[in-house]
Amino acid sequence: MDIVVCIKRVPATDTAIKIAADGKSFDTTGVQFELNAYDEYALEQALRFKEQKGAGSVTVVTLGPKDAQKELRDALARGADRAVLLVTDKWVHDSWACAQALVRWLKTQKCDLVLCGRQAVDADNNQLPPRLAAMLGFGCVTEVVKVALEGDKLTAERDIEGAREALECKLPAVISCQKGLNEPRYANLKGIMAAKKKPFEEVATQLDEPAMAITSMQLPPGRAAGRIIGNGADAVPALIQALRNEAKAL
Amino acid sequence: MSNIVVVAEVRAGKLKRPSLEAVAAGLQLAQQTGGKVTALALGAGLDAAGGDLSRSGAHQVVLADAPGLAAFSGDAWARIVADHCKQSGATAVLMAHTAMGKDLLPRVAALLDAGLVTDAIAVQFTGGKFTAQKPAFAGKALMHLQATRAPFLATLRPNNFQPASGSGAPVQKIAPAVGAMLSVVKEVTAGGPDRVPLQEARVVVSGGRGLKEPQHFKLIEELAAAFGPGVAAVGASRAVVDAGWRPHREQVGQTGKVVAPKLYIAVGISGAIQHLAGMRTARTIVAINKDPEAPIFKVADYGIVGDAFEVVPALTAAIKAAVAHH
Repeated sequence: MDIVVCIKRVPATDTAIKIAADGKSFDTTGVQFELNAYDEYALEQALRFKEQKGAGSVTVVTLGPKDAQKELRDALARGADRAVLLVTDKWVHDSWACAQALVRWLKTQKCDLVLCGRQAVDADNNQLPPRLAAMLGFGCVTEVVKVALEGDKLTAERDIEGAREALECKLPAVISCQKGLNEPRYANLKGIMAAKKKPFEEVATQLDEPAMAITSMQLPPGRAAGRIIGNGADAVPALIQALRNEAKAL
Repeated sequence: MSNIVVVAEVRAGKLKRPSLEAVAAGLQLAQQTGGKVTALALGAGLDAAGGDLSRSGAHQVVLADAPGLAAFSGDAWARIVADHCKQSGATAVLMAHTAMGKDLLPRVAALLDAGLVTDAIAVQFTGGKFTAQKPAFAGKALMHLQATRAPFLATLRPNNFQPASGSGAPVQKIAPAVGAMLSVVKEVTAGGPDRVPLQEARVVVSGGRGLKEPQHFKLIEELAAAFGPGVAAVGASRAVVDAGWRPHREQVGQTGKVVAPKLYIAVGISGAIQHLAGMRTARTIVAINKDPEAPIFKVADYGIVGDAFEVVPALTAAIKAAVAHH
């Protein structure tokens, strides 16, 4: 089974976002980047599937800047067999353009399964995996919290509003992974050493103009200053008053 | 004539409220484009939902009602929606940003070779262009977007548009070929009759590390229950989810859910930037925390400095009394 894991480097989740001078993007000055949290579950699941099958390959791919080498090397150190960096200097924020570039490359690959995080926590688009599936003619299950291979199909579970869905999906397939799917492993020293000898390709990539262009980016409006009602349980009646009469929240 | 297609979500025969909101957003767009809104629903046994849709303000209702559509299949449904959009010359396609919307509309966008704005909080048609606003970085920034390809597709954040109403739009049934299904839902297990989906709840009560031990979340559950059945949902901070106290579906914040209830009560949550991103658009925020310097107080409308174990039971009793009195 040959598996491709799509990953992305994103600003660390504790970053305070600042708008760049062009008013259309975020200021990357001093921003720490990290592997998108949901992609960790996708990578871990790929490694587990390969271990379970005892055969096949795990290729990790990203569309991003040269600096994304760091996240790809980390994925190799955790156990992926091969890394591919589709190099672009643009911020990839448009899922249509991202999918175009990824599918052009995916169609040159042998691949039974594509694993992704459910969304990258920068543009928060939450649409790439089902997009890829529709373009490739693959099956797709999104936001899985449980997944298992059974012959030529897979079974999966996902949380929907107030309920849980159990699904079946034929292979080849694209799966988007939700937090809670598994417990991702970290790289150990042996893995870090082994990663140095693994294949690492860089491919210059043309990113199409976005289907949804950013005309401006802003910080959200701030909240008006609130107030401390009081201390301890004695403050509860005043809080109820405020919620009822001022906020009309009760 | 521009045609705006709103894909409605029906579960267990019932039309979901966020779909009514999506119809209302479609009507706003239709006013600007001079077009009409078609509400399209897929499933089996859609008569009741079709009736609700005919009173939703939509100009017409199309029901793909067939036994083969009883279970959701993202790929098969996307084909039917995309075919309908092509045949009816849709200029815009809208759906609510729900688990189903997030699964279905990206596939429709791919089949139509078009862009898609997800989790949009505003959509417009101005100067001959479709535009939208959506939060990025879990709400730490707001993006203004303009479509460069057609049609325009968007999923809309629930609780953000007021449903409209109308009288008796015509309902048409179609019988599309369902075709092969690559993925299909086999079973839906409800999470219990009282469990309110976090993103649809009018009130969210969240707990954090300040509760000290997982079993103390009982205080949070009791406070949520005090609002009465079907009103409040329980949320959690990332710290307690990562510690395994609570399931991830309850996590509020950047790697969890973004919620915008009428009332958000944060108990024992310090207010890390990732958490604030997930709840800062709540209409009213109440914080209860022992530490008067906790960042949560900077976004809270009302704060109580104090021990959760003392304040929460008193608040639960007071809310119970207030609800009973109402």
